[in-house]
Amino acid sequence: MRHLISIEDLNKDDIIRILNKSEEFEDVALGKRRSRILEGKILANLFFEPSTRTRMSFETAMKKLGGEVINVSAQEASSIAKGETLADTIKVVSNYCDAIVIRHPLEGAARFASEHSRVPVINAGDGAGQHPTQTLLDLYTIKKEIGRIDGLKIALVGDLKYSRTIHSLIKALTLFETKIYLVSPPVLELPKEFLEELGGDIEKAELDQIVGDVDVIYVTRIQKERFLDEEEYRKVTGSYKITLETVKKMKESAIILHPLPRVDEIAVEVDYTKQAKYFKQAFYGVPVRMAILTEVML
Amino acid sequence: MTERELVISKIREGTVIDHINAGKALLVLKILGIDEKTRETVSLAMNVPSRKMGKKDIVKVEGLFISEEKLNKIALIAPNATINLVREYRIEKKFKVKPPEVVRGILKCPNRMCISNAREPVESIFYISLKGNEVVAKCHYCGRKISDLAKFII
Ligand SMILES: Nc1ncnc2c1ncn2[C@@H]1O[C@H](COP(=O)(O)OP(=O)(O)OP(=O)(O)O)[C@@H](O)[C@H]1O
Ligand SMILES: [Mg+2]
Ligand SMILES: [Zn+2]
Repeated sequence: MRHLISIEDLNKDDIIRILNKSEEFEDVALGKRRSRILEGKILANLFFEPSTRTRMSFETAMKKLGGEVINVSAQEASSIAKGETLADTIKVVSNYCDAIVIRHPLEGAARFASEHSRVPVINAGDGAGQHPTQTLLDLYTIKKEIGRIDGLKIALVGDLKYSRTIHSLIKALTLFETKIYLVSPPVLELPKEFLEELGGDIEKAELDQIVGDVDVIYVTRIQKERFLDEEEYRKVTGSYKITLETVKKMKESAIILHPLPRVDEIAVEVDYTKQAKYFKQAFYGVPVRMAILTEVML
Repeated sequence: MTERELVISKIREGTVIDHINAGKALLVLKILGIDEKTRETVSLAMNVPSRKMGKKDIVKVEGLFISEEKLNKIALIAPNATINLVREYRIEKKFKVKPPEVVRGILKCPNRMCISNAREPVESIFYISLKGNEVVAKCHYCGRKISDLAKFII
């Protein structure tokens, strides 16, 4: 694999290979084993939009594999963006490093960057577009915590309309034999055109109907800005909130995921239940990004 | 040939584009890059009655055999167009246009947040597919899907 731009560029075998590789790096991520596999390599973090988590987890992954990181801050990046084109920036920066991680506000920016880069480009989010490393770590979390992806029942809860995390995840999940339930307020339903394009076993549901039956509940943030007023927002979001009551109805073995940051769609008390895996999910970002970095650079 | 079509004189040699959806002839010229700098004799008929289509447009370019690749781009806006290559006043070859799989620089992505609309050295790229009878295009950069492509010709 040369670049990682969109989850749709990967087939099921690619995904499984990356997930298996991630597993091999888990003890390195935990500090139980040392690795210098990327020694002598330099990763350039090129963030045209602020992001703490994603940038840090790439940096950690690179450094724990013996590599170096050069960072361009969001502030520096925006002043570069005023002075020259992205194409020129990439042509220059790709001379200084062995791979580029890019986050950019415009959709398709990562693909465009890859077309001008001498080195592999990894997309860490391009506006409302793609964020494939998030999807891979979501899949990895499911596989690690449950043991498999095939055969699972997965509920996607919250903003299914605008969430790029959800859109990429659904596409990846339909490569596996999963049953997907879509749980969202009517105004935030998965776009029809999007649904039409997907194969797979997908249906709309209410959380109450399926909560006791599913293996994974994947929750996303519902943004206030999507609603006309605060009152409407409260009314709607209340029924999508995960509380201790929700957890009680879940299977023992089921898990709750969230790409973070959360606002209040998961009650804090839920954090202490064994179903809560969203912080574990954040940790898994490191071995998964290690696998991706080695995949593109070695 | 109907009487009405005779309004346009016969050409000895060249390309006749028939069965263009009514009203789209000017866009066809645009796609073919035929403009005020063109030296060939070009005739154009709009809203000609047609048995098959009700009304249609026709374009005739004298002395020029336009490449099949270029002609196929017409399918984006006139999927029923028929190409007639004329030699010595007779039709030597006739074929239906077929949408290309990829088009570069002809369509503009409607997504304002798409990199293809930024101030970058970038040419739009769209992947073409058929959804029933409708021609659909998908942006290489942002993935946006568009139909009714006449609206998006640059
Ligand atoms: N020498 C010519 N110069 C200009 N136009 C021509 C010439 N010969 C044919 N045409 C035009 O080319 C088109 C196709 O001509 P043709 O004689 O094949 O008609 P047709 O049988 O109706 O074909 P079709 O089934 O494609 O409609 C018509 O629009 C006709 O006017
Ligand atoms: Mg005819
Ligand atoms: Zn686009």
